[in-house]
Amino acid sequence: MIALPKNFETYPEARKAGFLRMKALKDQGQRVVGVFCSFVPTELIYAAGAIPIGLCAFTEEPIPAAEAHLPRNLCPLIKASYGFALTDTCPYFYFSDFIIGETTCDGKRKMFELLDEIKPTYVMQLPPSKVAPHALESWKAEMVRLRRQLEEFYGIEITDEAIREAIRRKNHERDVMLRFMELGKLNPAALSGYEIGTRLDASAFSFDLEERCNEIEARTREVLESWEKNVKGTESRRPRLLVTGCPNTGVRDKIIKAVEEMGADVVCFDACNGLRDKLRKVDETKPVMDALAEKYLDITCSVMSPNPQRLTDIGDMIDQYEVDGVIEIILQACHTYNIEAYEVKRYVTEQKGKAYLCLETDYSQADKGQIATRLGAFLEMLG
Amino acid sequence: MDYIGIDIGSTAAKVVVRGAHPQQFILPTGWSSRETADNIRERLTAGGVCLSPDHSRTVATGYGRGNVPFADKMVTEITCHARAGAAHGSPDCTIIDVGGQDTKVIRIEGGMVSDFLMNDKCAAGTGKFLEIMANRLCVGLEELFALAAQGTPLAISALCTVFAESEVISCIGEGKPRADIAAGVVDSVASKVATLCSRQALLPDIYLTGGLCHSPYFISRLSDKLGRTVRALPDGHFAGALGASLLAERMK
Repeated sequence: MIALPKNFETYPEARKAGFLRMKALKDQGQRVVGVFCSFVPTELIYAAGAIPIGLCAFTEEPIPAAEAHLPRNLCPLIKASYGFALTDTCPYFYFSDFIIGETTCDGKRKMFELLDEIKPTYVMQLPPSKVAPHALESWKAEMVRLRRQLEEFYGIEITDEAIREAIRRKNHERDVMLRFMELGKLNPAALSGYEIGTRLDASAFSFDLEERCNEIEARTREVLESWEKNVKGTESRRPRLLVTGCPNTGVRDKIIKAVEEMGADVVCFDACNGLRDKLRKVDETKPVMDALAEKYLDITCSVMSPNPQRLTDIGDMIDQYEVDGVIEIILQACHTYNIEAYEVKRYVTEQKGKAYLCLETDYSQADKGQIATRLGAFLEMLG
Repeated sequence: MDYIGIDIGSTAAKVVVRGAHPQQFILPTGWSSRETADNIRERLTAGGVCLSPDHSRTVATGYGRGNVPFADKMVTEITCHARAGAAHGSPDCTIIDVGGQDTKVIRIEGGMVSDFLMNDKCAAGTGKFLEIMANRLCVGLEELFALAAQGTPLAISALCTVFAESEVISCIGEGKPRADIAAGVVDSVASKVATLCSRQALLPDIYLTGGLCHSPYFISRLSDKLGRTVRALPDGHFAGALGASLLAERMK
């Protein structure tokens, strides 16, 4: 019998529903693995008959609890994720069989040591750069190690065939998500950046991959049809924006919703909850472990050094999505994005001749007014 | 026709009228932007300005811009300062606005904003920092600058206003000369503003706007820190309101 948390009865209804839904899945014997980052090869988790669930957290609520163990001046995403784990208030963490972490940023790397005391946390050793030839070899060895970990944890054997099948299904999912996000190329805009983001986030909690793809495909068709009928051929003076940088879910209302309400369209996301890991797929013709290692070393997160592909991708997005300005979101204490912002600004303004605004923020509402002023001035600057 | 610019800042509200009844005035913002807006309306009416759409147009700016019910349009203070800088400074220049609660560095090219920076969630390097330290030293702002001009700056190294205040209190406790403490306070603000400036390529013409325009001492300290000549924008305290008034004139 799988138990609910001690304080379950005190939870608000939506949270109770989340717990009951996860409990039902677990009662049916579903394997569940918690993950944090797009560097983790979810294909291996699917191939183990488990579902991967993203545990990155985006609300302020559990941060004070986390600050009992973690420094205040730390990334809000890390603090919030840890706080949920610590307080038994996230059904997805609570019902995960174990956690797969990765050595991406320093904050997460060290937080995983503490997280392991709450729930077994297995950490993949990601090389900090893909420049050295042994980086790929070592990352492939990590893929093999993770495969073995899953096999041992669940007492199963994961066949190459099962991995190949998972690669095929995940590539299909990438295609579907990419086509949805490519609606942002339509000019005038067919849907808000707010919708693109919220819908993609919500779809991650639709655990059946096929169902998830069907929902997104249906919405893609619907938006496209409505655009062809009602919007195509009209003119819009709303500036088109690209959002880049740290994961933006936790600041979506304060930044993305706010700037769209002021009269801009966010059409494109260079972020781990955006286009970033959808642009390049896993090579289906190569041996599976090689193909996974290559794909998952090729993610343009700022933890990789150097990281020139991110600039090239941003440049392509500016061209393809007809972008007028770029907003970079830095979550407090994210050193790698914060430093790389200098390069991004230089590239966007000097190479691409586009306006650039950098906002460093956290999950609080304290700087809502200041951010609104910056966004307002940025739009006035775009004219 | 009158073109009215109203800049409701965190500390002071500034008003500039251009057109048939030219005038400018300043009043404390107080605790309610709405009440300040009512006072401004009375002052304007007394000054012969008619607020009906046939006789005037109004642009509001500053953090209280949303609380001016008779404004035709709201524009951020960044754009307004830039407009004033382009008109009274030069079409290509850098504006440094040290405001009551935030500091902005605005790059203007061809009369338009091409980039801007604001200090992040921190009072260091703003007017608020000076105000708090002046209070602690029991002097007004003007007196603080006058004192500072006679002193040798003491190092005030705390990055946080609250901790810097403790540092000042320690200096007072140790019996350090008030002039040296005052010089240290002004030096600290100038350093922080200069650090913000270093994150943007400054243009040859640099103008200061906001309440500190009146202090040649602050301007000389800031110039020293930047290694560049900073000038006060003429009527720089009114830059936001002036820019708003210029934008009101352009409105259709």
